[in-house]
Amino acid sequence: MAWQWFHRLGSPRWFYQKTGAWLPWLALASAVLLIVGSIWGLGFAPEDAKQGNSYRIIFVHVPAAFLALAGYYLMAVSGAIGLIWKMKLAFAVMRAAAPIGAVLTFIALFTGAIWGKPTWGAYWVWDARITSMLILLFLYIGVMALSQAVNREQVADRACALLALVGTVNIPIIYKSVDWWFTLHQPATLRLTEASSIDPSMFYPLLTVIIGFYCMYAWTLLTHTRTLLLRREIRTKWVQQVLTEGK
Amino acid sequence: MQFQFSSFADFLMMDGHGIYVWISYAVTFAALTALALYPWITRRRIQRELQRQQRIVQRRRKVTKERMAVVESA
Amino acid sequence: MTMHPVRRQRLILVLVLVTLSSAAVGFVTFAMRENMDYFYAPSAFAAGEVPVEKRIRAGGCVVPGSLQRADKNLEVQFVITDGEAELTVAFDKILPDLFAEGEAAVITGRLMPNGILRADQVLAKHDETYTPPEVAESMVSHKSCAGGAKI
Repeated sequence: MAWQWFHRLGSPRWFYQKTGAWLPWLALASAVLLIVGSIWGLGFAPEDAKQGNSYRIIFVHVPAAFLALAGYYLMAVSGAIGLIWKMKLAFAVMRAAAPIGAVLTFIALFTGAIWGKPTWGAYWVWDARITSMLILLFLYIGVMALSQAVNREQVADRACALLALVGTVNIPIIYKSVDWWFTLHQPATLRLTEASSIDPSMFYPLLTVIIGFYCMYAWTLLTHTRTLLLRREIRTKWVQQVLTEGK
Repeated sequence: MQFQFSSFADFLMMDGHGIYVWISYAVTFAALTALALYPWITRRRIQRELQRQQRIVQRRRKVTKERMAVVESA
Repeated sequence: MTMHPVRRQRLILVLVLVTLSSAAVGFVTFAMRENMDYFYAPSAFAAGEVPVEKRIRAGGCVVPGSLQRADKNLEVQFVITDGEAELTVAFDKILPDLFAEGEAAVITGRLMPNGILRADQVLAKHDETYTPPEVAESMVSHKSCAGGAKI
């Protein structure tokens, strides 16, 4: 029975008990990394030769955009797992990922707009990269709206998963938009396969904030999923026990 | 590594770009904080809802017990 | 790896869904790409392909030494190039911080009958490199459009 462990993983109770111990560590790591990285980026990283100090927005803009995209994959994959194995936990993760992704996409768009004003000369441009990020925000909001609009939980789960899966098409478009179209948005600065075009003195604070955002994402996703599970499983004995004991 | 600004006022101004930089950071951290607080608030709401339901159940049980007692004594 | 046949069926369904929607969006974006013809390079202006007095976009590298400022008002003139042809642009508002000679710029405006592009908006396009001022100075980088105005 190769799939048994997988089904055990899908047990809300098991998930709730297992993840409780990780939360304080994740919270601590994200707080430390985000604070250290931000202060480093704001005050100690050198200014950019061309952009001056306005480039310091990169330390919140890029990590938020990274996680907004990665979070969409996570949401879609959870939806797919939920559809195929009828796993309650996967659907809960999918639903929890939607508002988090929406907030991160909003942060990326907002900081991008603010950054665009002093550098490009405009807050908003109907550029392929920016427009596809806006579509990502709408997809996240669509999943959130659908999960609220449909009363029957199982139907809502399936509908959200389908929307999330159809929307995955947008992700490669966002990645490649700067290469495929003429865009005002510059190409990727951080690259996996070749040397990044950013000075080390700016790269390390950026890396710190990115890891901080990843920890923050993991922590937020866990807390949101756990609360969602409590609400969904309110009739079960273990949830009532958790809630009355106040753990 | 060295602090890049000569004074705190300089740090806030950032050569005129301060307003853009500080607004970006403020909005980012405000949004992240809201995201972090949301589960905590929901959890308390669920907790209160459960307590309310439990009180209703207890009251009903009490009422039926009293009625049973009245019936038995009659 | 054994999988329940029903689950396998669902997995296939999900994969088909993703593939089909990707294909659909792929076609649409490809079509959009063909339709991006309201954006012109300086060589298109030279070839006479650009309609006069219609709102269009142009882009290219700002030719070093071409920027001329008026004494009294904000009126500026500069020349952009795509390596093949040059185009003169006139603008009367404040240029963005990153606008510089040897850097790329994107212009929205109308082509005048005299062959000058009258701009409503000038946007600066910058590259993806970030360097501290000292490092940038040590690199031999005189302004030029030789690196191919990446537009």
